Amino acid sequence: MCLAVPTKIISIDDNIAQVEFGGVLRTVSLDLVPEAKIDDYVLVHAGFAIQIVDEEEALKTLEMFREIIEHEVS
Amino acid sequence: MKFLKEYRDSGLARDILAEIISISKRRVKLMEVCGTHTVAIFRHGIREILPKNISLISGPGCPVCVTPNKHIDEAIEISRRPGVVLATFGDMMKVPGSASSLEAEKAAGADIRVVYSTMEALDIASRNPEQEVVFFGIGFETTSPTIAAAVLRAEKENLPNFSIVGAQKLIPEAMRALLAGDEIGISGFICPGHVSAIIGVKPYEFIAREFGIPAVVTGFEPVDILQGIYMLVKQIEEGAAKVEVQYNRGVPPEGNPHATAILYQVFEVTDALWRGIGTIPGTGLKLREEYSRYNAVTKFGIEITGEREHPGCKCGEVLKGMITPLECGLYSKACRPEHPVGPCMVSVEGTCAAYYKYGKRSD
Ligand code: SF4
Repeated sequence: MCLAVPTKIISIDDNIAQVEFGGVLRTVSLDLVPEAKIDDYVLVHAGFAIQIVDEEEALKTLEMFREIIEHEVS
Repeated sequence: MKFLKEYRDSGLARDILAEIISISKRRVKLMEVCGTHTVAIFRHGIREILPKNISLISGPGCPVCVTPNKHIDEAIEISRRPGVVLATFGDMMKVPGSASSLEAEKAAGADIRVVYSTMEALDIASRNPEQEVVFFGIGFETTSPTIAAAVLRAEKENLPNFSIVGAQKLIPEAMRALLAGDEIGISGFICPGHVSAIIGVKPYEFIAREFGIPAVVTGFEPVDILQGIYMLVKQIEEGAAKVEVQYNRGVPPEGNPHATAILYQVFEVTDALWRGIGTIPGTGLKLREEYSRYNAVTKFGIEITGEREHPGCKCGEVLKGMITPLECGLYSKACRPEHPVGPCMVSVEGTCAAYYKYGKRSD
């Protein structure tokens, strides 16, 4: 039931957002993340956005692992 | 799509796997308690690539699978009432109840509709005021706020013809029950990404504190899962037991406080019956008194007695990680996805269905 993939908010009208997922537009409710804005990436579950994806954290997690690997290799 | 490429980078995945192999000495059993993880682990063949001393075990993470027949029988009974539209998620249709399934009831003429979200069910209710629309809601902390939000909208939009059969469950206390009666020797938990996106990190702290076992909240891409496993193995090898988050981009430490506020505005915690496991205290949700008019079971005066499970189905043991589906005598014989005997073969997130789909015929 989880869409594990983040989707991008294209438009918002009265707490209902259009999100893009693999080139297809879907309607999701923003009742659970009312602070979400256009261009945010959100996690979607059963027709609701449930969390905004934090881009900085996404990069940090990747960096952390690159460092571990480089440290081991060198 | 943001970061998909990075988190699916096979080069990075291979490097992390090499790291896991280089640090892993002990024999460990890591349990995932999220059906989306189960599916992702099978799809990417992660069980196969890990060193032999690391086993992954699927726990009770499939919401369809843990729903006992009592609730399925309730939904079936309600769907038989005249003027009722029963709306539910697609996965529930084929699950065999004690004597029938929603799919069979639909074929026999009941108005049962598959919806993708609670909002669709509300929409049906607002367009058909002369009919009673009942949403059969299953799921964990990720789904329950969406059901709570629907109840609040029904109240706001004055839709007295909307109600729910609530069979939702809470995950952390179920993990406690698993650990308290642990017969398999769980060494660490791969914690669910999207349940945690709602509840945050704190509810898992007892796992490390009381049971001395590490827990890592993990995402769903191959790099995520391998990173999560690496973090667990590292803790175990170092003798540590902490709750860590690998899936930081989707799980802030506090989760989604707005969603949990909505959830607990509408529901309160109660005990819940889990299929094949029994009643686990503090793992269920019931409508609060102020919202009890949305309870379809009392609204329609439903009382289920004599519910029974299929005697040959070993879903309960599969859900506890005690056996693999291969140890069930019905697996891939009487029980197959096109003719499921138990819910663990119905849901795409079920362990039996994952074993079957990804061609596991032997261990
Ligand atoms: S294979 Fe079928 S009958 Fe056996 S445990 Fe799984 S769902 Fe139940």
